[in-house]
Amino acid sequence: MPLRDPLLEVENLVISTAGPNGEEVRLIDDISFCVEDGEVVGIVGESGSGKSLTVLAIMGLLPVGVTVTQGSIRWRGKELLGLRDRELRQMRGRDIGMIFQDPMTALNPIRRVGVQLAEAVTLHQGISRRKALSQVHELLHKVGVPEPERRAKSYPHEWSGGMRQRAVIAMAMANSPALMIADEPTTALDVTVQAQVMKTLAQAREELSSALILITHDLALAAENASRMLIMYSGQLVESGTTRDVFLRPSHPYTLGLLKSLIHEGDERAYSIPGNPPSPRGRSIGCPFAPRCELSRGRIECTTKRPQLELRASGSSSACHFAHEIDGDIANKSAGKAQNE
Amino acid sequence: MSSALIEVSNLEVTYGSSWARRKGTGIRAVRDVSLTLHAGRTLGLVGESGCGKSTLIRAIFGLTPVASGVVRAFGEDVTHLSLRKRRHLGGRMQMVFQDPYSAIDPRMTVHEIVAEPLRITGQYSRGRVDELLDRVGVSAELAKRRPGEFSGGQRQRVGIARALALNPDVLVLDEPVSALDVSIQAQILNLLADLQQELNLAYLFVSHDLAVVRHIADEVAVMNVGEFVEVGNVNEVFDNPKHKYTQTLLASIPKVDIR
Repeated sequence: MPLRDPLLEVENLVISTAGPNGEEVRLIDDISFCVEDGEVVGIVGESGSGKSLTVLAIMGLLPVGVTVTQGSIRWRGKELLGLRDRELRQMRGRDIGMIFQDPMTALNPIRRVGVQLAEAVTLHQGISRRKALSQVHELLHKVGVPEPERRAKSYPHEWSGGMRQRAVIAMAMANSPALMIADEPTTALDVTVQAQVMKTLAQAREELSSALILITHDLALAAENASRMLIMYSGQLVESGTTRDVFLRPSHPYTLGLLKSLIHEGDERAYSIPGNPPSPRGRSIGCPFAPRCELSRGRIECTTKRPQLELRASGSSSACHFAHEIDGDIANKSAGKAQNE
Repeated sequence: MSSALIEVSNLEVTYGSSWARRKGTGIRAVRDVSLTLHAGRTLGLVGESGCGKSTLIRAIFGLTPVASGVVRAFGEDVTHLSLRKRRHLGGRMQMVFQDPYSAIDPRMTVHEIVAEPLRITGQYSRGRVDELLDRVGVSAELAKRRPGEFSGGQRQRVGIARALALNPDVLVLDEPVSALDVSIQAQILNLLADLQQELNLAYLFVSHDLAVVRHIADEVAVMNVGEFVEVGNVNEVFDNPKHKYTQTLLASIPKVDIR
């Protein structure tokens, strides 16, 4: 038994919605992971794989009609599911800071930036507005906004995309949360701005020594920032491990496919995983990746039995019946390539 | 050697009121840009949002007035010809968008979407549409469906089929794979490479993703604040960037680099 409960523990989480005939459709199908104090965990997957739903469930912000039907989400050992709205509201912003993809939707367009940020501070700290405002100036300065006093008086539309995202990071930092969740924080930004914003985020995290969940579809971005990696596919967790293990010795064919899809110089043709991900309704009872898998080649286990996440010799855990066939074989070649990139 | 299909020389596009433009105080969105597109070749165009990429494309297509410079298409000066006056070009220049879904009527079936340019020009036949869809890898039974039921990759295939309908010589591709997932991007890039080889198409490939450009382009132009800051063979430019902006751009890309 660990001496202390982990910061965040997600166990056998199932998130469902109702299909057209009232049947249960599992959007998230039995995933478990935990986040320890101060670590950076990357959640990587394609659109529709369930990355965002997972964190929305943690925040208690699932859209109407989508519910957690099984499992448990614990914050320092305390169950979050079933908490009343009031209690959840207190957690959000105080214990968990959230950074969304599009800063324009996270900011109120008709209120001055400084006032909005100050609100996030007064809501949780019970200090005067004036004091909060000076805290906001300090925060904005920290995240690299020039002339914070002047800019705090302006409206979000007067800020550039990169600056807005800095303001959102400042807002997430406001109450020194133990965990920050960033959902595709730089996807809407240009690549040079992305580099600056990621640097700001890393500095913010370091200063607060908080943990960070970084959700991204960009493998390289995750590799540069996260120490641990969760790979999601079609609502399931297919691989998890340290960034090093996952990238150098992937033990799931999907991870391997993603790594090979990164475009390498000199390749005549780009590698692509054939086919498309299944819809949550069209998922088979077996492995969701089986129809696109080069390793499966139609073997019966793949289509009839759901593989469980198991620790592999390579160091990471993966959900594949034939993970041992990947080890050391194609993996080495692709890892070498990724390294040369 | 391939021949020049599109030739742009010293192009300038200025925005602002006509007074401001006369006074020279308008915003120069494109400054002194020259480029050439050859059959069977790909020119990559990279730059960040607001650098003038879209304005440049609009000027090439005659969608925005040109302040100075010349646009020649298929040997003809089209600099000041509006879209309407370019009809005789017969759709030899076509566009593929980042999100084809926003560029088409979602109530039309896929068959109708691809058929539309053919109907307008009086060349429609069912067989031609089937052939186009088959060429881009969309099976015939899907043609009755609407694009809303399609995944991003399939929609882009439909967008490409529509662009190919009038047998163009030049495709301008504006971020054609940026909205797609990694595992699907490669499928579309391979399709574009096959089509180019087969139909000897000239591509102007606009993207902010330098890895994609390096993969598909023969030459690259790096654009910053309305100007081409660096132009050249794609490998030479990326391996040995001369301009400071290109260097910054290359240094900003996250890399899978694990030791």
